[in-house]
Amino acid sequence: MIERTKILLLVAVLASAAISLFAGQINPYYYDILISIGINIILATSLNLVNGYTGQFSLGHAGFMAAGAYGSAWLSLAFGYVLGTSAAGTTTMFVLALTTGGLIAALAGLAVGIPSLRLRGDYLAIVTLGFNEIIKGVIQNAEPLGAQRGLGGMGQHTNFFWTFALAALTVYVVLNLVHSTYGSGFLAVRDDEIAAEAMGINTTKYKVLAFVIGAFFAGVAGGLYAHFKQFIHPEGFNFLRSVDIVVMVILGGMGSTAGVILAAILLTILPEGLRALAHQPWLPDSLRPIAENRMILYSLLLIILMITRPQGLFGGPGLKRRKA
Amino acid sequence: MIEFLQQLINGLAQGSIYALIALGYTMVFGVLRFINFAHGDVFMLGAFAGLYTAPSLLKLCGGGPSFPGAAAVLLAAMLICAVIGILIEKLCYRPLRDRPRLTVLITAIGVSLFLENAGQYAFGADPQSFPEIITDRALEIPESWGALSALTLTVGQLLVFGVTFFLLIGLRAIVRHTRTGMAMRALSFNPVAASLMGVNTDVVISFTFGLGSALAGAAGILTSIQQPSIDPLMGINIGLKAFVAAVLGGIGNIPGAALGGILIGLLEALVVGYINPSYRDAIVFGVLILILLVKPSGLLGKPEREKV
Repeated sequence: MIERTKILLLVAVLASAAISLFAGQINPYYYDILISIGINIILATSLNLVNGYTGQFSLGHAGFMAAGAYGSAWLSLAFGYVLGTSAAGTTTMFVLALTTGGLIAALAGLAVGIPSLRLRGDYLAIVTLGFNEIIKGVIQNAEPLGAQRGLGGMGQHTNFFWTFALAALTVYVVLNLVHSTYGSGFLAVRDDEIAAEAMGINTTKYKVLAFVIGAFFAGVAGGLYAHFKQFIHPEGFNFLRSVDIVVMVILGGMGSTAGVILAAILLTILPEGLRALAHQPWLPDSLRPIAENRMILYSLLLIILMITRPQGLFGGPGLKRRKA
Repeated sequence: MIEFLQQLINGLAQGSIYALIALGYTMVFGVLRFINFAHGDVFMLGAFAGLYTAPSLLKLCGGGPSFPGAAAVLLAAMLICAVIGILIEKLCYRPLRDRPRLTVLITAIGVSLFLENAGQYAFGADPQSFPEIITDRALEIPESWGALSALTLTVGQLLVFGVTFFLLIGLRAIVRHTRTGMAMRALSFNPVAASLMGVNTDVVISFTFGLGSALAGAAGILTSIQQPSIDPLMGINIGLKAFVAAVLGGIGNIPGAALGGILIGLLEALVVGYINPSYRDAIVFGVLILILLVKPSGLLGKPEREKV
């Protein structure tokens, strides 16, 4: 298992490097969508570690993304000149910025993980949502981070290679973690916390660990996003962004990495497809707003999915059993 | 001192609104043990129900803004919201009655997003001005009251206090002195035993949703008469704050929800008045996290032991 995933990781990294060479020939619109897909894969896979594998329903992933985006952007803006403008210098700086963003987000993850020890289910969902709002609120009031105006001027360092190599790394880390002997603790916490604790599993450690690792990768995704769009705004990391990521995880199936990746791809393309559909001449005018507002469809999808197939489109029987 | 009193009045008015919405969260939690995420959006629907029924109801009550007209709009919004609440429960939550709580929570988030976005589609995304169902003006406080005459108290605020007080008394009477109220209490005490004793669970749950949604509808009208415009996303923030209020008071506890709502309203007013308005939301959520860490059962709630 480990060996095979290592080879897959290597193949994925090499493939993204190879495709990256031809990135100049990709239509900018499609390139934009491709990068968004990569970033969403990182976000959804890392959230899946928390929501899917560990069973801690988090509704604040965009908050961690914001922490990473602002952390890395701030580092780039404040210290970007230190290593010079050579290719090696900017790349090193970019990697440093992404790591810093990830670490800041991980710290935020630690802060959220600790209350999660005492809370479960819906309470935890609300607290993570609250943390998302708090992170947003802090940024909105932080002058050095542009406050309400947003923050811009980072170089566009994010490219195809970095996005997909890091996406592959995220998938690799999450998969190996949950399939290792050590990581079966995550699944045990999800399946039955009380039984896991009785078996001597340190549930506290696993829950916090899931939050910290999940937040780290969300922060990296935020850094990639900041250095791709070159402008970030607190409202870009609101509750609805968190819901976007949660929908990917639920649609793909909580605890199914392949499903979640597929859902991330699908749900990144879907709004674009709908937008194109909205401009088709044959579409009745009254339906145009529905096509343009993806959330109407997403929300219906969520409700119908939960009633008919709560394990998601591709998930195994993750959400059954306990009637708590 | 006068400024402090003024903030208290403003906080009390906003807190009454939170209290009315928090009651819906807490009652539904009492009987079903889940957080009805869509409750804040029912509040929004109440405001829009008022927007659409006001012109014809005002005409029926003699034309311009008047107390009977406002009362009619209030009742209409409460009725419409009660029906919507019952429908939401029947269509979305009832099929999931025996599923894990997480499934129901995700569905509730779905319902909430649906109401917000379908609302943008149906009502338009731009803010709309709410019809004047009652003339909202500042009351004259007589000079003889001395320094107190510097206070501003509006008709809208007075109406909020009056209606909230009346509704709270009514709710208390329903919960404590009617058979359905007794069934509600039985259900939240022990669902299995209640149904063994002949309580019709489905009817009681529907009734609870209807009651909670009617209160949210009333809150929607009371908010709309005080602010210039309403929009389909107005329920998100207020709904979340009301939820915090319900948790603060002890979720599942009816007097707790009212107390929590008023405390959150006062806290907000003080933050706005003395600290910095832009920290308002962050501080309210900070309170939520604090209360969940220190006393998860809330101010008036009893700690619940988890059974294996």
